[in-house]
Amino acid sequence: MPDRNTSGLIIHEERCAGCELCLPACPFGALSMRGGTASVDQSVCTLCGACVKQCPAGAIELIRTSRMAVNPGDWSGVWVYAETVDDAFHPVVFELLGAGARLARSRGAVLTAVVLADMDESRLSPLFLHGADRVILAGHPELSLYRDEPFARILVRLVRTYRPEIVLAGATTVGRALIPRAATMLGTGLTADCTGLEIDPETGNLLQTRPAFGGNIMARIVCAGHRPQMATVRPRVMEAAPIDPGRAGGEIVRFEPGREDLASRLVIDSVLRRQEGGLNLNASDVIIAGGRGLGGPDSFRMLADLAEVLGGTVAASRAAVDAGWISADRQIGQTGKTVAPKLYVAVGISGAVQHVVGMSSAETVIAIDKNPSAPIFGTADIGLVGDLFEIVPGLIRRYREGTFA
Amino acid sequence: MHIAVCVKQVPDTSEISIDPETNTLVREGVAGTMNPFDAWAIEAAVRIREQCGGRVTALSMGPPQAESVLRTAMALGADRGVLLSDRAFAGADTLATSYALAMGLRALSQVDLVFCGKQAVDGDTAQVGPGIAAQLDWPQICFAKRIVSSGNGSITVERSAESGSDIVTSSLPCVVTVVKDIHAPRFPSLGRQLFARNSGVTVWGAGDIGADPGRCGLTGSPTWVDGIFAPPKREGGRIVRGDLRLLTDAFIAGVQAVSLPPGGNDNA
Repeated sequence: MPDRNTSGLIIHEERCAGCELCLPACPFGALSMRGGTASVDQSVCTLCGACVKQCPAGAIELIRTSRMAVNPGDWSGVWVYAETVDDAFHPVVFELLGAGARLARSRGAVLTAVVLADMDESRLSPLFLHGADRVILAGHPELSLYRDEPFARILVRLVRTYRPEIVLAGATTVGRALIPRAATMLGTGLTADCTGLEIDPETGNLLQTRPAFGGNIMARIVCAGHRPQMATVRPRVMEAAPIDPGRAGGEIVRFEPGREDLASRLVIDSVLRRQEGGLNLNASDVIIAGGRGLGGPDSFRMLADLAEVLGGTVAASRAAVDAGWISADRQIGQTGKTVAPKLYVAVGISGAVQHVVGMSSAETVIAIDKNPSAPIFGTADIGLVGDLFEIVPGLIRRYREGTFA
Repeated sequence: MHIAVCVKQVPDTSEISIDPETNTLVREGVAGTMNPFDAWAIEAAVRIREQCGGRVTALSMGPPQAESVLRTAMALGADRGVLLSDRAFAGADTLATSYALAMGLRALSQVDLVFCGKQAVDGDTAQVGPGIAAQLDWPQICFAKRIVSSGNGSITVERSAESGSDIVTSSLPCVVTVVKDIHAPRFPSLGRQLFARNSGVTVWGAGDIGADPGRCGLTGSPTWVDGIFAPPKREGGRIVRGDLRLLTDAFIAGVQAVSLPPGGNDNA
């Protein structure tokens, strides 16, 4: 018997038409037909709800007993966590201010940037220029390097004090450590790596769109009964807010962290800077990636030459990394890095979906492969069908000779 | 030293897609497999056990069939497998998952160190590791790429950072999430495979670990999936075939349209 006091999936057999449309909708194979109607295997069902909207007869119901933990009306304003790297703001901060300004406008709310750093007020003008109405500054010499405990503790304290409705942060190395810790301490929801953020005009809730299952599926996530609604966004996914020279300043709220805020059971022994000219795929405007089609490690030297003439960086698909042709820190894709360069050249890469999720935000994609039905051609803006061992040396020659104009 | 490793059974993501016509999930014989990053987490734990002594417990939350992921963990070196399985856990988002795993870790005797893979490849959130640390109020080290040393109540790790990496030392207990730069998992020996096959897996429900059902599963989840749809398809572009001149012309025109300075072309 359906029990309405606990969460669960209920199939109303009297409404089920036996159409079987729900069966393929279940990612976990929990649905089957029993005696002409759909039936759910409760031990397999994860209550994801994917089947509910597939049923034309409205026979499937997801009972959700989660309570409203807060009164959303007590929370207002949009916050952007303004991460700093080496005393400057991370570029993703300006992208978040662009998204945050849109959300603040549709909520009629204030856009606040929150800074935890060893920084004084004179350094905050880029945040105002990019659209922040207000900055909350927790400045302290001990916040010059990221340590999880003090950063999370201070951010949580500020959230509890000012009660923002929405908190956005970059899905950077720091953001992906700090924000989950803070969200858990706050007991609220967090959606990672959002590619779309908008306000539901009916409920005022934040609709958070993100890829799932390695990018094969997009999911829209809501956090209706808890505040703040927290989301991270990967760098270079959203457009940076334009600079408005008319707004060089604004309200600054200072927070002085105390001893108890700064306590940490982790100490930083040393900071290893990336070597000048060292590998930094995320900062590369041009990436030349090679895959299985290269056939061996020697061909990567050819890609390095192409990268040199184009001013780019060499990367690889998982197949080339697993084959030992190139080091793992250059792997692009689901289990490697996600990049969004201006130009991505895929050489001898078939374009499995796990690879494509790592590079689909590139502005322009050029693919070179001999197999005309390779899936990479469905992603590429320009697809060159041919022998890469002729095309790549040909390109290098023309660029070196300057016969490309 | 008692080291726990949190592992997850994930569907083979390459086999899941969405039919853009009907907006339904297409899954053809999607089998469960161990989240690839978790094998790296187990290897990190096993290496510390080899140096410092102690034991390694693999912990997972999932339906009964997730037992197989714990056998994989034992084949890779874990001494014991514990599965948190209960209807009350179904539909958990990352907050409810980290709560249940933290309660499971509390129920294990005296855990000193927890390893997790940096993220699971089905959700890709990377939230559960730091979530567990927050639930337990333990320090955390995320995206560890090298264990420098461990023992004497602390662990020293090289962790990834935006501008390079940091060497950090944390007191124990502590939660560490690992990336794939850390030691690659070893191939399970025949002995380990037999051990995994012949060992039992402990199964605990919400009551066994003293978990509040109101904080578990769908009920304890602040976020939920409001809808699913097919990803926006990138428009497939122009396909060029022909001789070398034509192909390289198309490439060069494409690069010029990106408005990049043609690098390495100082003489032109």
